[in-house]
Amino acid sequence: MKIGVYICHCGSNIADYVNIEQVKKAIQEQGEAFLVKDVMFACADSSQKEMVQDIKTQKLDAIVVASCSPKLHLPTFRGVARRGGLNPYNYVQVNIREQCSWAHSDDKKGATAKAIRLIQAGIEKAKNSEPLEPIKIDAVNAVAIVGAGVAGLRAAIELADMGTYVYLIEREYFVGGRITQWDKLFTTNQSGREIITKLYNQLISYKNITLFTGAEIVHTSGSVGNMQIKVRVKPRYVDTTCAFDKEKFEKAIEVCPVEVEDEFNFGLTKRKAIFKNYPGEFPELPAIDYDNCTKCGECQKVCDGIDLDQKPEYLNLNVGAILLATGFDPYEPSEGEYGYGKVPNVITLQQFKRLMELCPEQLVYKGRKIRSIAYIYCVGSRQQNGPNHYCSRYCCTAAMHTALLVKEKYKDIRNFHFTRGIRTYGKQEHIYHEALEQGDVVFQSFNDPLCQVSAHNGTAIVKINDFLTRGKPIELEADLVVLITGMVPRKDNSIGQLLKVPVGRDHFFNEIHLKLRPVETVIDGVFISGASQGPKNIMEAVNSALAAAAKANNLVKKGFISIEPTVAFVDTQQCQWCDKCSEICPFDAFEKIEQDGKQVASVITSLCKGCGMCLPVCPENAIELHNYTDRQIESMIDDLVHV
Amino acid sequence: MNDDKPKILVFSTEKISDPAIDLAGLLKMHYPATVYTVTVPCSSSIKPRWIMHAFQVGFDGVFIAADGTDCPYSDKCSENTAEIVRQTQDLMRQKGLETARLKMAAICSVCSEAFVRQIKAFYDYLIKQKQQENA
Repeated sequence: MKIGVYICHCGSNIADYVNIEQVKKAIQEQGEAFLVKDVMFACADSSQKEMVQDIKTQKLDAIVVASCSPKLHLPTFRGVARRGGLNPYNYVQVNIREQCSWAHSDDKKGATAKAIRLIQAGIEKAKNSEPLEPIKIDAVNAVAIVGAGVAGLRAAIELADMGTYVYLIEREYFVGGRITQWDKLFTTNQSGREIITKLYNQLISYKNITLFTGAEIVHTSGSVGNMQIKVRVKPRYVDTTCAFDKEKFEKAIEVCPVEVEDEFNFGLTKRKAIFKNYPGEFPELPAIDYDNCTKCGECQKVCDGIDLDQKPEYLNLNVGAILLATGFDPYEPSEGEYGYGKVPNVITLQQFKRLMELCPEQLVYKGRKIRSIAYIYCVGSRQQNGPNHYCSRYCCTAAMHTALLVKEKYKDIRNFHFTRGIRTYGKQEHIYHEALEQGDVVFQSFNDPLCQVSAHNGTAIVKINDFLTRGKPIELEADLVVLITGMVPRKDNSIGQLLKVPVGRDHFFNEIHLKLRPVETVIDGVFISGASQGPKNIMEAVNSALAAAAKANNLVKKGFISIEPTVAFVDTQQCQWCDKCSEICPFDAFEKIEQDGKQVASVITSLCKGCGMCLPVCPENAIELHNYTDRQIESMIDDLVHV
Repeated sequence: MNDDKPKILVFSTEKISDPAIDLAGLLKMHYPATVYTVTVPCSSSIKPRWIMHAFQVGFDGVFIAADGTDCPYSDKCSENTAEIVRQTQDLMRQKGLETARLKMAAICSVCSEAFVRQIKAFYDYLIKQKQQENA
């Protein structure tokens, strides 16, 4: 059998820890492979073409690609095999990156020895491989999107437009997510609320979108193509069937005696137990915060649309895929971090943006007119001593843009930026120049902490050793200190835990490959988008949402999904029909048939899901699974230990 | 158990524990390089003969990174896998093999830390066994 082996350097990802030359030489010397090559990037176009050419010209019977996890490039190299004229199941992927070079980057010798064994086992598997064809299963052309912020709304519209049914599931009572909290946005100066209004109006024009607010997925079962999800919908305590009477509901809000901290304004103001975050919010009906409501009944006296007896609803939905657009939390500084919580006039960027909207004429904080502002960058990001080593990307631009808006709105304010170096990448660089042109002053340091903040007669003193003036110690008195806080993953990751979506070192959802499969996860049929997968600005969040929508649509739109042909098969000579396989099979994929005068088991291929549960229960060892035969598994085991 | 470093064969599952082992590599969470993985669709599909074959050809330990309650195929996966372990342990006793050389733990798709912790503990146990054998 002529087997071609391709060993990938993956740039330096594999080659830095595995001695590729040594591996190549060892595989050549073992003499099992007809052809052994090393390639810089096996997935590169040029390498794929070379493999196709080799299969054709060398008349290869099988290929082994030793590179990354099969989760990443299995379809790529199956395509290579197909283009070369090979059956895709005569190709074997060997993972010498995630399970070798990276896992043993502390042991180069061990990693090299392991790579040799893994490849040799892969060659054994290829030798025993058989040509197979994929199996098709039905797929529901419906997608559940979790999160109705800008990413979720945009993905919902796109999917609906492509003909997929969408269940849009939002945990809060209102749609729009974070961006409804922001006023003018770079580059168009549209407000976040204007963008959400536009998207919502578009969304409700689609008949194939169902929106649930106050809702979350509490249970899932099934698998890609046919997932059953249970959704719990919290009561709004407002009669959603009655005609919306704006005046009555406004009166109900007015008479509510309960006041609690308003999360929408990050605690700068209070709200009632019956509330809407802003006029014109969607859906238009207010909601009652039941935990804080005293059930005094004052609202019911002025509004007949209140129903405090509502109970949660549970809905069972059937979808082909799930798209997560669950967003982020703003970093909450710890007490005392740059004076936060201790120095009275220290707030976060998110609070400041709400403060600006609450101050239409003069910028006033805690009764004091603000004339100078110190912006401290990278709070909660690029930490040298904390857990968040990453850059939050959006914040340099957001801070500079806010500084421009401050001067535009209030004129006589001076802006001082305390930075680790400005990262207003791409078109956003214009903002930085505008800020400099308007007279903003920028200081820089690489110390951690960046500067020190202390209270002084109602103002704050910020001290920095400024790198731009050769480390000169500088002290500045500011009326207000704004901490430019970055993005962190959602504190409540219950949906991630429910779906078992992996998270990366930064604890955001982890994609299969940052560059090549940026919205797919290792959980088949679960896609990620927006800031749930890492810090992103709105443009980037929408980009990833559209990518995820396209991938989800592509998966479910055909009404079927091709799955692995790893179905069970029975050696009828050995089979004595004891019924054990039929008893254990969760999919009723076995039937009893008559063959050569005896009763034997037969696999109903359309029902078999390839789990293999029937294999170990057969007392005659008469059942095997395609691609996982005894011969393949045992010969691999031999080579893992014997090379 | 002849060589210095114990060799461990891990049976991992395509959808559940294999992603966790990949994630351990991605996060550069190191574990011994003599740990080898063979992927199967489900931990309930592992034949006792495969495990016995591994011991026969020289593996010091076999670790089943089981689907547990996350199995996408059946809610009985844990008990089915436990039955496979029980049957294999019977075979191991018949061959005079220490049953502790077979270990099973549920490893979910994000349980990279748990995998590394378990595999290191198992490796340490096998080293001690080797030392006792050589003493």
